[in-house]
Amino acid sequence: MTELIHRSASELASLISSKEVSSQEVTKAFFDRSEALNSVTNSYLHLSRENAMAAAKAADEATARGEAHSVLHGVPIAVKDNLTTTDAPTTSGSNILKGWVPQYDATVVTKLRRGGLPILGKTNLDEFAMGSSTEYSAFGPSRNPWDLDRIPGGSGGGSSSAVSGFLAPIAIGSDTGGSIRFPAAVTGSVGAKPTYGAVSRYGLIALASSLDQIGPVSNTVLDSALLQDVISGHDPMDSTSLPQSLGSMADAVRNADPKGLRVGVVKQLSSDGFQPGVKELFEDTVAKLQAAGAEVVEVDCPSFEYAVAAYYLILPAEASSNLAKFDSVRFGLRVTPDGNPTIERVMAATREAGFGPEVKRRIILGTYALSSGYYDAYYGSAQKVRTLIQQDLAKAFAKVDVLLTPTAPTTAFKIGEKVNDPLAMYLNDIATIPANLAGIPGMSVPNGLAKEDGLPSGVQILAPQMQDAQMYRVGAIIEKLYAAQWGGPLIAQAPKLEAK
Amino acid sequence: MAKESLMPYAEAIEKFEVVIGLEVHVELNTKSKMFCGCANIFGNEANTNVCPVCIGLPGSLPAVNKKAVESSIAIGLALGCQIAPTGRFSRKNYFYPDLAKNFQTSQYDEPIAFEGKLSIELETGEVFEVLIERAHMEEDAGKLTHVGGSTGRIQGAEYSLVDYNRAGVPLVEIVTKPIFGAGDKAPELAAAYVHAIRDIVKSMNVSDAKMERGNVRCDANVSLRPKGQEKLGTRTETKNVNSLRSVENAVRYEIQRQAYILSQGGTITQETRHWHEDRGYTSAGRPKSDADDYRYFPEPDLVPVQPSAAWIEEIRATLPENPAVRKKRLQAAWGFADLEFRDVVNSDLLDQVEATVAAGASPQSARKWWTGELARIANSLGQDIAELAITPTQVAKIQTLIDSGELTDRLARDVVAGVLAGEGEPEAVIEKRGLKVVTDEGALIAAIDQALASQPDVLEKIREGKVQAAGAVIGAVMQAMRGQADAARVRELVLERANA
Repeated sequence: MTELIHRSASELASLISSKEVSSQEVTKAFFDRSEALNSVTNSYLHLSRENAMAAAKAADEATARGEAHSVLHGVPIAVKDNLTTTDAPTTSGSNILKGWVPQYDATVVTKLRRGGLPILGKTNLDEFAMGSSTEYSAFGPSRNPWDLDRIPGGSGGGSSSAVSGFLAPIAIGSDTGGSIRFPAAVTGSVGAKPTYGAVSRYGLIALASSLDQIGPVSNTVLDSALLQDVISGHDPMDSTSLPQSLGSMADAVRNADPKGLRVGVVKQLSSDGFQPGVKELFEDTVAKLQAAGAEVVEVDCPSFEYAVAAYYLILPAEASSNLAKFDSVRFGLRVTPDGNPTIERVMAATREAGFGPEVKRRIILGTYALSSGYYDAYYGSAQKVRTLIQQDLAKAFAKVDVLLTPTAPTTAFKIGEKVNDPLAMYLNDIATIPANLAGIPGMSVPNGLAKEDGLPSGVQILAPQMQDAQMYRVGAIIEKLYAAQWGGPLIAQAPKLEAK
Repeated sequence: MAKESLMPYAEAIEKFEVVIGLEVHVELNTKSKMFCGCANIFGNEANTNVCPVCIGLPGSLPAVNKKAVESSIAIGLALGCQIAPTGRFSRKNYFYPDLAKNFQTSQYDEPIAFEGKLSIELETGEVFEVLIERAHMEEDAGKLTHVGGSTGRIQGAEYSLVDYNRAGVPLVEIVTKPIFGAGDKAPELAAAYVHAIRDIVKSMNVSDAKMERGNVRCDANVSLRPKGQEKLGTRTETKNVNSLRSVENAVRYEIQRQAYILSQGGTITQETRHWHEDRGYTSAGRPKSDADDYRYFPEPDLVPVQPSAAWIEEIRATLPENPAVRKKRLQAAWGFADLEFRDVVNSDLLDQVEATVAAGASPQSARKWWTGELARIANSLGQDIAELAITPTQVAKIQTLIDSGELTDRLARDVVAGVLAGEGEPEAVIEKRGLKVVTDEGALIAAIDQALASQPDVLEKIREGKVQAAGAVIGAVMQAMRGQADAARVRELVLERANA
């Protein structure tokens, strides 16, 4: 029998429901591994063994009564540390929230608890999800299980390294411009950003409200689909959550068939600026789909050229306002400066000490972009670009069912390589950002190891708004085509992690 | 701070044209707050009606209170405004400790209601049309208490306490266009306008409308320009004007203060000013200029409010009659002199008098009951007259019994006392207390004959034509009848018997 930790979440759910193993055994296996290896990967900022074991016990008791509270009943999960949890500190990777234990659970966390999924712990991220590498976490970078000197992607590098390093079978991430998909691509795992509003954001510490979306991280497409089915649905606490159901993603995966599939390759995201090995793998994926019967056409999305620029105005603008609440008055860090501690000076000292450099950079950018006299030129223009991107996508989706791009321009870079070059860091998200600006679903599926460095690469699937099922369908098709070639998932080729 | 030099009012009006603009904040009396489910109650223990949303905890999200939107639309309609088919919320960003998120969720370029007008009649009978620019929805801030220091202001305080019970209470801000041409009546018009708004929101029952509790608050903008000059002068905005008298006095003060400065060749600083009710002057607050930058941008956590035409009409159909129109109609219908009517209005007894008249009493008798006996009782009990345990229907019933001669005024007062004491309906009180007028003339005649017989000197005087002497006999008879006789009829009978 395969070791429990190498099983997919869907396999674990079956084993638990058939009582071949208990949720407690599974949960314990992941804790034993995580406690041994977290010092290596720095995936978790906080591990909650006691709470998770209690939840596993409750799940087993429910199973004994013949109950399954969700399709992933009993399967333990890791949660990105920007979702509030009442039983564990929630820091969002920032010193300003160090030690803060929220009074309420995020809606997604509530759904996990109700669904019988024990929460293993809280995973690392770039501070307030600002970054592509976890190097901006106040608590040190996470490491890529494929090469510990490299970044596991970001902002959700804690979740991606946990899942690809088998420190968790599945994880929750959040994606504002690629924070689920980029980490998935560089760690050879699967990650999906659902349609904006498909999953409630209540309890997600906001980076940019109009772009943020919570989604699944896993080693298989089916696992992400199952997890999206557990966490999605309308939430009256989130006005932007969709009123309608998007159907079952798991069904879309199970019934995936390439027959009649029309695939678009975005002209602007298939030529320059990509690592040759990444480009080669992408072309291989397209060829495989074509061979499987899909129709492939090139589509033109000229406005994508402005996506990164628009994104880095809209995101900082919203973030500068969302982060204003971190002022020491009601929660979190409070720094009292020498001299007369007026409220303004306490707020300033707290924010100066509590925020890291990338957060400050974006607050300043956003404050500037919203300032009177600059608003129209910056925020206003960026919103127009957003509309243009939506129009480009609408035209493209009139011709094809999904769009395909490489998820990222490169494989995982070395820790320290881009940390002092924000612009280079921002360009990692060139392919993932348009989905957030347009509110459409996007996912990354592994498509091989790049020839130059032997590191994983991912292919991104974009689908029209609310057609997440179409995205999962294509993800499953690609996964199956590669499984036939590799004789199993790519992640099986990852090097074995060893405790320090 | 000392009072500044003032120009005599008449001289100021002579030299300058006064332009005023009024911003009235109305606190709605919805059960819950604007963006969360917390109770909207005045006067509870500090920080007991709070939740993650209204204290701005990380991850929390707002959800719009539909009732608050309905009330806002109703206010817009009552002010003759157009209702926007799409209204967005915006964030007004500024740091202040009473503002949990350090931004206020408000409306900026898309208010729910705009372009209205209100006719304001002064006590002199002059009518002014005040143009309403907009009425928009927003949330209230928390309440700061500054401890230590002499002024109760933040400057000089040792520390400050924040009560977030008020944070997130729904507000409607009603903004006028600049009001020209009121001349020396500007202060009076300002007060009358605020009074009218208060009456309107009270009649609609969308606000408790108590100025002393801050349910209705006014910021008064005042500027002066030399007569004949087109360009508007620099304005000041006086805050903390929270009674009708204050509105009038503050506007008058600002006119005189600005006139003095301008006449000395000085310039007005654009700033907010504080009104000090106790000593009747304004003092400089923080400087405010058009460069004051709140970095407004559309609230990304909320979807636009899109009231349907059908819903707007539904709300319109529930609007009560405009209070000013109603007053005119009632005064005409009741035929009250101005003084009589003002007495009723100022005692806030229109509803009671109207209901009493509707239940069958004459307007004058209804007025006398409410402004006389019942007001006296309420006053002696230290009770709000509206809370007295007697209904307009009961008052009308008692009056009907007086009119038909079944009760005397004195007996009627006993009946009222009985009703207030909880002895039941007027008929039951009369029955229990035996308060019916004696209409048995046989008994009256016997009592009169006995009284005449025991006062032969009086009888003699009456017979000599000194009719006023009959008073002594009438008194004796009324006493014998324990007051339960109709004094006029007794008088008739005394004269008849004496001369028989």
